[in-house]
Amino acid sequence: MHDRGGWPTQAPIDRSEHQLADWELLVDALVGALGRHGVMNVDELRRGIEGMPPDEYERASYYERWLYSVETVLIEKGVLAPRELDRRIGG
Amino acid sequence: MSEQDHDHDHPHAPITESDEPAFAVRARALEELLIEKGTIRGEDVRQGIDWLVSRSPADGARLVARAWVDPEFKRRLLADAREAALQLGLDPGPSPVVQAVENTHAIHHMVVCTLCSCYPRALLGPPPDWYKSLPYRSRAASDPRGVLTEFGVELDDDVELRVLDSTADIRYLVIPRRPPASERMSEEELAGLVTRDSMIGVAQPAAAAPAGA
Amino acid sequence: MRYRGDQRVRIAARLHEGHHRIPGYLKGKTGRVARVHGSFPNPETRAYGTDGLPRQPLYLVGFAQRDVWPDYRGPAGDRIYADVFEHWLEEA
Repeated sequence: MHDRGGWPTQAPIDRSEHQLADWELLVDALVGALGRHGVMNVDELRRGIEGMPPDEYERASYYERWLYSVETVLIEKGVLAPRELDRRIGG
Repeated sequence: MSEQDHDHDHPHAPITESDEPAFAVRARALEELLIEKGTIRGEDVRQGIDWLVSRSPADGARLVARAWVDPEFKRRLLADAREAALQLGLDPGPSPVVQAVENTHAIHHMVVCTLCSCYPRALLGPPPDWYKSLPYRSRAASDPRGVLTEFGVELDDDVELRVLDSTADIRYLVIPRRPPASERMSEEELAGLVTRDSMIGVAQPAAAAPAGA
Repeated sequence: MRYRGDQRVRIAARLHEGHHRIPGYLKGKTGRVARVHGSFPNPETRAYGTDGLPRQPLYLVGFAQRDVWPDYRGPAGDRIYADVFEHWLEEA
């Protein structure tokens, strides 16, 4: 699903651009910080993204994929408990 | 890229604000958890954001303009763009190798990352959305001339189009062709002609201003 | 480094479970080494939390677009390149 070279598509390329939202900059910086602390590297980030269910991969925005991957890999490594983030948000 | 106003001095700002997307809430909650656990520090996040917002294509443009006016610098840029950037006081970023590739009358380069979105962002700033998009990642590989047509670039058939798919840790930077009638321009003025898209390879640089303008 | 600049090489057509950086469109295709990059940590093992050592040789390999895409619409001279680790290359 991530391997897109030559994937058949009629879609024109949407050239509109958006400035990164604060939360997107935050996700980017979190990945950088996790890398510098040796907790998670960029290859793990890519691998985590590649493991997304295909329909979620296509639907998700760029940094949504990053967030998914970070959560997945950190749970795998035991840095986060499963659903710990959900509990923090949901109360 | 304009300055952003971040309230990262207040990590315990209200969790929900009315218009905030769910992912913003999730990202902040993740940040809070990781800081509480001591996995990362708030300072790391601030530094990361500061670095990212400081990145812009002006840095890449300086490399190109210097290469246009100084053949010896161009030779060094082509040999080792990381080192050449450091020589100009620029930050080439964390990639171990930055490779500059030169467009000529006979060869035009275009860069893509079909597998994800690898991009020389230390020198060009964050990649545009279209570069990360599924259609670009697909068609830049199999129909690059069609993509160039969409971007307003037509290459003659006798120009060799080289697509570079960034599949590893090498980051590619295109040195576009110096615009005609630009001989009298200063290096700084030339840098102003070098667009981000021309350093990706989907555009030519801006035209030189008419003489006397 | 097993391969030299300008040497004809083929991308292995094998399946690989898990993280790998060979685009599917290049598997089984024949091209030429354009650059010898040196050796780098292996992303296929780094992706699972190791340090990616020992380093693996990495090459920029170029292909004729018409050899890669059966219905490529551009001129015969057009090429596509990718950075390929040595363990994905075979002599051609």
